[in-house]
Amino acid sequence: MQTSPTPDPLILYGQTFHSRLLLGTARYPSPSVLEAAVRLARPAMLTASLRRQTAAPEPHHSGGGNSFWDLLRGLKVPVLPNTAGCHSVQEVITTAQMAREVFNTPWIKLELIGDDYTLQPDTLNLVEAAGWLIKNGFSVLPYCTEDLVLCRRLVDVGCQAVMPWAAPIGTGKGPTNPYALRLLRERLDVPMIVDAGLGRPSHACQVMEWGFDGVLLNTAVALAQDPVVMAGAFAAATQAGRDAFRSGAMTEQDAAQPSTPVLGTPFWHHP
Amino acid sequence: MKVFINKNQHELPEGATLADAIAAIQAKPPFAAAVNTQFVPNAQYPQHPLQAEDRIDIIFPVTGG
Repeated sequence: MQTSPTPDPLILYGQTFHSRLLLGTARYPSPSVLEAAVRLARPAMLTASLRRQTAAPEPHHSGGGNSFWDLLRGLKVPVLPNTAGCHSVQEVITTAQMAREVFNTPWIKLELIGDDYTLQPDTLNLVEAAGWLIKNGFSVLPYCTEDLVLCRRLVDVGCQAVMPWAAPIGTGKGPTNPYALRLLRERLDVPMIVDAGLGRPSHACQVMEWGFDGVLLNTAVALAQDPVVMAGAFAAATQAGRDAFRSGAMTEQDAAQPSTPVLGTPFWHHP
Repeated sequence: MKVFINKNQHELPEGATLADAIAAIQAKPPFAAAVNTQFVPNAQYPQHPLQAEDRIDIIFPVTGG
């Protein structure tokens, strides 16, 4: 019988990570809160983005420019640049190339938005974008829906992991389609990271219990009343869900079963 | 000639390169550049000629989710 935990790293594109939590860097009340949250949660990767420099940068909110860069480098956590805001394959390709140069990494979180209201991925063009990026040396983590066929096509073009949403970005609703997510987990044997829509640590724990390999979240931590404590809560919940998945939960029963032995019960009970 | 750098209109001399456009806005690294939505690697800035009406994007690291 196994009595001590065996190593259980997350492996993506051959690279080993010792956390299953990926954390966004946006919307924190201040850079120091972001830094403290990251130091407590110790995520596998931190997401970042690229934007035009505004005339009047707001470093405490947009993180614009060099102060954010300095913070990011100081944290020494692998960076996962995103292609947030891209609406075409060409925009994705150009943004990914720019991100690779700036952040000096082949990792890219592929975001190709098909609907501005729901921020739903453009599922009809996502595969083409992913295929181009894979052929050109990127390690692609595509933000996608829970559609099984879409995820299969992404794997077919070389994605070694996929990132289905739980709910629309920033909503915090938690998994809105548990059936499809669980079915996807059953049918597809690649690392899957639930990205977007998680609001509470219990959401993260739930999807990890279902067998997902990691979670990526941002707003749920950044907009918590205490982002630092919440970052730690998400890290713990993610690991708890993973441990539970690996442990094998008991089968649910309809009838009550006393957990304390009945034999030798004192006193006499009368109906 | 008239070009657009991060959506703002700029006047650059004929024969200007992408390096001149970057100097015009005093961009400080780290950043990356694209001309007419095509990425241009940083080693090519001094050789990349600009044309009138070119749209140049110069972007910087920011927070993201």
